[in-house]
Amino acid sequence: MSDKDIKKATRHVNQNEGLIFERSSPGKKGYRLPPLDVPEVDYKKALGSAARPDLGNMPEVSEMEIIRHFTRLSTWNYAIDLGMYPLGSCTMKYNPRVNEVVARLGGLAEAHPYQPEKVSQGALRIMKTLSDCLLDITGMDAITLQPAAGAHGEMTGILLIHALLKSKGNPRKKILIPDSAHGTNPATAAICGYAVENLKSNANGMVDVSALAAQMNEDVAGLMLTNPNTLGIFEQEIAKIAEILHQKGGLLYMDGANMNALVGKTRPGDFGVDVMHLNLHKTFSTPHGGGGPGSGPVACKKSLEPFLPKPVVIQKPDGTLGFDYNRPQSVGRVRMYYGNFGMHIRALAYIMANGPDGLRQTTEDAVLNANYIRKKLEGVYELPYQSGSMHEVVFSDSIQAHKGVKTGDIAKRLIDYGFHPYTVSFPLVVHGAIMIEPTESESLEELGLLVDAMKSIAREVDEDPEMVKSAPHTTRVSRLDETAAARKPVLRWKP
Amino acid sequence: MRYLPKSPADREQMLREIGCKSVDELFAPIPAQYRLNRDLKVPRQMAESEIIDFFRQCADTNAAGYAVFLGAGAYHHYRPVVIDALISRGEFLTSYTPYQAEIAQGTLQAIFEFQTMICELTGMEVANASMYDGSTGAAEAILMAVRITGRNAAVVARSVHPEYREVMQTYSQHQGIPITECGYLENGRVDMADLDKKITADTACVLIQSPNFFGTIEDVAAIADLAHKKGALLVVSIAEALSLGVVKPPVEADIISMETQSFGVPLGFGGPYAGVLATKEKFVRQMPGRLVGETKDKEGRRGFVLTLSTREQHIRREKATSNICTNQALIATMVTIYMTVHGREGLKELAQQNLAKAAYAAGEFSKKGKLLFAGAPRFNEFVVQTKEDPHAINNRLLEKKTIGGFTLARFYPELGNAAVWCCTELNSKEQIDTAVQAVGQ
Repeated sequence: MSDKDIKKATRHVNQNEGLIFERSSPGKKGYRLPPLDVPEVDYKKALGSAARPDLGNMPEVSEMEIIRHFTRLSTWNYAIDLGMYPLGSCTMKYNPRVNEVVARLGGLAEAHPYQPEKVSQGALRIMKTLSDCLLDITGMDAITLQPAAGAHGEMTGILLIHALLKSKGNPRKKILIPDSAHGTNPATAAICGYAVENLKSNANGMVDVSALAAQMNEDVAGLMLTNPNTLGIFEQEIAKIAEILHQKGGLLYMDGANMNALVGKTRPGDFGVDVMHLNLHKTFSTPHGGGGPGSGPVACKKSLEPFLPKPVVIQKPDGTLGFDYNRPQSVGRVRMYYGNFGMHIRALAYIMANGPDGLRQTTEDAVLNANYIRKKLEGVYELPYQSGSMHEVVFSDSIQAHKGVKTGDIAKRLIDYGFHPYTVSFPLVVHGAIMIEPTESESLEELGLLVDAMKSIAREVDEDPEMVKSAPHTTRVSRLDETAAARKPVLRWKP
Repeated sequence: MRYLPKSPADREQMLREIGCKSVDELFAPIPAQYRLNRDLKVPRQMAESEIIDFFRQCADTNAAGYAVFLGAGAYHHYRPVVIDALISRGEFLTSYTPYQAEIAQGTLQAIFEFQTMICELTGMEVANASMYDGSTGAAEAILMAVRITGRNAAVVARSVHPEYREVMQTYSQHQGIPITECGYLENGRVDMADLDKKITADTACVLIQSPNFFGTIEDVAAIADLAHKKGALLVVSIAEALSLGVVKPPVEADIISMETQSFGVPLGFGGPYAGVLATKEKFVRQMPGRLVGETKDKEGRRGFVLTLSTREQHIRREKATSNICTNQALIATMVTIYMTVHGREGLKELAQQNLAKAAYAAGEFSKKGKLLFAGAPRFNEFVVQTKEDPHAINNRLLEKKTIGGFTLARFYPELGNAAVWCCTELNSKEQIDTAVQAVGQ
């Protein structure tokens, strides 16, 4: 293999590090408690048979070792701070540092969820301000910030639909879901007690409107639609889609995963959506943190408002803010307390840093970046759908597959070029999908490096397919045996 | 806009190369009547200093620097500074879910260590990579028990956190899983006779919390015996993870659902926190959520991957064990660092301090009010019944920059003027004495 075309990355030494348990030995300490200012209690006497004899193999290490241990681990991760994450559908954008600073202010980070409302006005004001912003961004009438993540928001939204239909006499049996949808959509419909019915896409990668009309009936509660869809294509017949649903008494749910293509340019509430979730960890820059925490507010139209999870933030007659628990038609709670408040702070800080002009420019840049990549890679990789791209573009590996190289192999080779892979094998409607979402956070230079890397890999596929198939070659571990991991799971360390 | 790395010339060049005259052409797929032709109604673009000012003002109108006697599912404990120092590293903070294992070994190993420590603490054989929080974790534990047993109902103790119970209700009602509640005794523990009556041939699990919402430690072994004898599983929810420093873990349970907020996670007005499910090996394929497993690479080197994903929504779609996707990885990393800092001895020492503070405070409060549920062991919470409405007491305390206990009347009207108080290592004797004084006024 040759690294001559790898411009973005160079190999460098990184430190080996075992498991923390392998560093542990009795008597080492990473803490010191203040002296106790009340009488000591013999816990064994106080607890009797409920007392714990010891804490088994919990580690015993010093502070210095803890810093080295976790710092070393951190250097084995790729991160948005290091470079581009072209992960389609994931919106891996810059996570501003001011968000982290304001989320850690004492009065916010140390606020107890049950402290009296009169000493929680600041926290409530943040929730209210964020809610107002998100309502205008989505064009909706009411909102809950309680759901903890996107899939949790989906569940909340479908429960709202269920509750509204039930209040009219029949919650109905089915939810329609396009074949291009995220896996969370059908899983959500199922946990809300609905049967899932697949909806086929047409040749342009959009909802087949005549198929929808044929499938829509009084058994269907609603349609879960991602718009732009997972092919990065805006559903141009969205108004017709909404109309077909509404005519038969169904509701339109929008998965807001791809909202980064729309903010400030169009509003789901204006094009017929009844209820949707937002991913604050995608569109609104809260950090992914290696897989969470996220936050999935759900915005809806007036008709669904009475069913929102309780409590909701309200302005009281005296002008102060508070929580309203008296919501007899509410679907209930989906999470304790008020949601991932720390993420609400960060999302609001992001909106304030942007303002209306910045949010619009952000959307335009995100769409510009995706179209630039599309233009530069079209022909090198097959573009299965010709419809215009919004914030992401989906290619396929069909040209490279002739050499036996698949999308997953190309993705792994991209690692050697200093990039995180794109989204592999999704959406399911494209065989061998290569799904790229650059976001607005990438400069022309970084985009150029990605384009060059993808072109270079395409050449490598021609010249040395085996090398691509065994990538990555520069990481601290090579491809890991996932089959063995699943066949005989080792899910914890043992002494 | 300072987050956007492009000059006007860059944008023009890109449009030229794409073959567009203006960026509007790229938005042509959006039907014209739905395009927004005005500014969004959001605050104007602000400087970093202005943003900090705004949030500082908000923080200042919240209770900052108050003595806190609230627990009730969210606990104020000291957070060692190394936690934020480490999780603020961009490689942890700004990385994605570790699907690409070769460049995510840091997160994967940290979660593997998290899973191991949760197993050690709870006495279970396997633990997942985290759930949203304790309340949703408990709700998912019920669904898991239903899958395992093929039975279709649950009995939940009334002494479980009321908001957890509300969440369970929301989750289970649409799956046709009826939840019955069982009462508590004078000593705060589950009423075994009532439980015995409530468990039927359709009961998939009994769900209890220990220490429960009143701070009382349940007799887990006895409850497990009863549940198991009737073919039901036992789910134990733990809201105060630090209790495990001195309290015997509920190893008789089949599933443990724990909220880990006590371990270095800021109170943050209720979130983000992290839940976790732990169980026996034989149930692992029915467990929701991500799992990290150890394996080897092509050269035989140890490495970690997300595993058993055939349970999950991105593979199984509507047949998945849950719709959960994003979890709480960064919070789980905080928790792992906290557990590492304190470790085998520190968690015990810290838990002993909590126990001692609460014991002292309970003793003092009992001179001014009635200590309820005195007949069973407690950890760091206790219930005091007073002549006066606890809201009035709490209002007096606010003037002394003190936040009093959680008033129980909303959820347990039968307890009258009662509140559950919490004392941790952060409550000084002086704070406790001040609070006791206000009760007696």
